[in-house]
Amino acid sequence: MKKVERNSVLKSFPEAHITVEDLTMAYGDFVIQRDLDFQINRGDIFIIMGGSGCGKSTLLRHLIGLKPPAKGRVRYGDISYWEASPEEREHLRRRIGVLFQSGALISSMTLAENVALPIAEYTTLASDDIRDLVALKLSLVGLAGYEGFYPSEISGGMQKRAGLARAMALDPEILFFDEPSAGLDPISARLLDELILELRDSLETTVVVVTHELASIFAIGNNSVFLDADARTMLATGDPHRLLEESEEPKIRKFLTRGEVA
Amino acid sequence: MALENEKEQLQLDRQADTRSVLSICGNWNIVHGIPATDSVMKELAQPLRSQQLFLNADRLTGWDSSLLSFLTKLQSRCAAEEIELVTDGLPDGIRRLLALASAVPKEEETQAREETVALLPRVGKAAVAQMNAALEMLGFLGDAVVAFLKLCQGKARFRKSDVFLLLQECGAQALPIVSLISILVGMILAFVSAIQLKMFGAQIFVADLVGIGMTREMGAMMAAIIMAGRTGAAFAAQLGTMTVNEEIDAISTMGFSPIEFLVLPRMLALVLMMPLLCVYADLMGVVGGAIVGVNMPDVTWLQYYEKTRHAVSMTDCGIGLFKSAVFGMLVAISGCLRGMQCGRSASAVGQAATSAVVTGIVLIIVADAIITILCDVIGI
Repeated sequence: MKKVERNSVLKSFPEAHITVEDLTMAYGDFVIQRDLDFQINRGDIFIIMGGSGCGKSTLLRHLIGLKPPAKGRVRYGDISYWEASPEEREHLRRRIGVLFQSGALISSMTLAENVALPIAEYTTLASDDIRDLVALKLSLVGLAGYEGFYPSEISGGMQKRAGLARAMALDPEILFFDEPSAGLDPISARLLDELILELRDSLETTVVVVTHELASIFAIGNNSVFLDADARTMLATGDPHRLLEESEEPKIRKFLTRGEVA
Repeated sequence: MALENEKEQLQLDRQADTRSVLSICGNWNIVHGIPATDSVMKELAQPLRSQQLFLNADRLTGWDSSLLSFLTKLQSRCAAEEIELVTDGLPDGIRRLLALASAVPKEEETQAREETVALLPRVGKAAVAQMNAALEMLGFLGDAVVAFLKLCQGKARFRKSDVFLLLQECGAQALPIVSLISILVGMILAFVSAIQLKMFGAQIFVADLVGIGMTREMGAMMAAIIMAGRTGAAFAAQLGTMTVNEEIDAISTMGFSPIEFLVLPRMLALVLMMPLLCVYADLMGVVGGAIVGVNMPDVTWLQYYEKTRHAVSMTDCGIGLFKSAVFGMLVAISGCLRGMQCGRSASAVGQAATSAVVTGIVLIIVADAIITILCDVIGI
C-alpha cells in the first residue's frame, strides 16, 4: 500500500535524477549527436532507443562517466558529473551500477570474486558477510551455487545475469543496462525484463536501458529518448506509449511500429 | 573459356535501329565466371546507338548471383549512357532482387576512397601522429607514476592476490626458458672468445670474458628480451582482451582506476622479478661458459671457477641488476600501454601484442646503450 502511494507521489511530482543539458557527443571532430536535452526521473525505467549506429551506447558511456562530453552537461541531481571533484565523482560512481552488453565480468576472477569486488572495496563487511551477500545477489539472478565458476565456464546468458548481480551488488540508485536482451532467448529476455521491473518496484531503483527491442520498450519503459542517426540529434523524449500514439514524426512512428506505418 | 560461355549465355539482336534485345540463355553459375558488360555495350553503340534494351530470359535454365551481378553492372552502364533497360522479360525473382539491390543509393561517405596525398602533408601527418603517440605514452607514464605514489601512501586499490599470481607468472614460470637461453648465450660467448684467445694461448681468460659479459650485459639483456616476448606480449593481450570485453569499462564504473587495478600490479611484478631473473640468467650463462671452458685443454672446473670469481666484481653485478630493473619497468610499461591503447576488435589485440614486443625490445636496447655509455663516462 505504501509503495503505491509513493509511486503516485512520484508521478505527480517527478523528481529529476539525471539531467542531460545541451549535450554534444563527438569522437574527435566527428559529431555523433548534438543538442541533447532530457531528464530521467527518479523511479523511471528510461529507454534510450534509436536505430543501429545512432549513438545509443555512446550516450550511455557519457551517462556513466566513461566519456567526457564535447559540450554540455550530465547532472546527477544537482551535481554536474564532469565539473565535480574526483571525490564527488567517486561517490557518484558508487551510486550507479552498469550491466554491459556482454556482462563484462573480469575473466580472471570467479563469479563470487566478481560480485564481491565492489562490496569489498566500498564496505567494511567481514569476509563471511560478504560471502553471504554475494550468494544472495547471485541467487537473486538465478545463479545460486555458481560462486566458484569462472566467466568462461558459463553461458552468455548466465554471464549477463552474473554481470547484473555485480551491478546490483551495492544496491545502486541507478542501474544502467546496455542492450540487456541482446543474445538472449525470448524467455530469458522476458525474465530479465520482469527482473528489471521488480528491481524498480522493490528497491525503487532508477533504470536506464539502451535497447531497440520493441517488446521490451513497451513492456517496461515509462520514459524514453529517441535518437536519430541522420539528424544527429534526439527527435523526441517521453513515454514510449505516448510517443507511439501522439508522435507526428514519421521516423519515430516507423521505429515504434516496426516500419508498418511509413 | 570465358568467351565461349559468353556466346552461349548472351545473344544480342537488333530489332530496329534503336531497339535491341539481349537474350540471356543457358545455366548461369558463379563457377563459370561473370561475363563482362563491355562487349554488349560496344555492340549496342554501333552502328547506331540503341535507345532501348529489352532483356529476354526465355532460354535461361538456371541462375545465381553471377547473373544478378552482371545485370546490376549492365543496369548502371545503361543508366550512364541513357539507354532504357526493359526488364519485363526477366523472371520475377531476378527482377525483385534487382530492385532490392538498386533500392538504396550508394552512400557517398562509405565509398570515400583513400586519396593519394602528396609527400609533404603525409610527412606532416606522420609527424603529428608520432607526437601524439609520444604524448600518450607520457600521459600513461604520468598515470603510472601517480599510481605508484598512491601505492607508497598505501592508497592504491588493487587485489593483492593478483600480484602474487603475476609474480609467479613472470618469475618462476619463466625459469625454464631463461635457463635454456642463458646457457646457450654463455656457450656462444665462450666459443667466440675461445677462438681468439687460443691464438695467444690464453684460453683461461674465457672465464673472464664470459663472466663479465654475462653479468654486465647479456644476463640482463637476454632476460629482458625473453620477458618482452613472453610477458610483455601477454600483458598487452590480456589488457587488450579486457578492453574488447568492456572489462576495463566495468572496472572504471565500479570506481577503480584501471591503472591502479591492472597496470600497477603488473609493473610491480616485473620490476621485482626481473632482477631475480637477471641473477639467475647470469649464473646460467657462467655455467654455459664453463661447459665450453672445461672442455678446452688445460682448464679445469676449479680453475674456471677461481678465474670467474676474480674477474667478476660486485660493480659488474650491480650494473647488470640496475639494468634489469630498468628493463623490467620498460617491458611492463610497453606491454600495459599497448594493451590499454588497444582497439575494440580481435585484430587490434594481435596488433597490441606485436606492438608491445617491438616497443619493449626497442626500449630495452636503447636504454641499454644509454646506460652503457653513462657507465663509460663515469668510469665504472
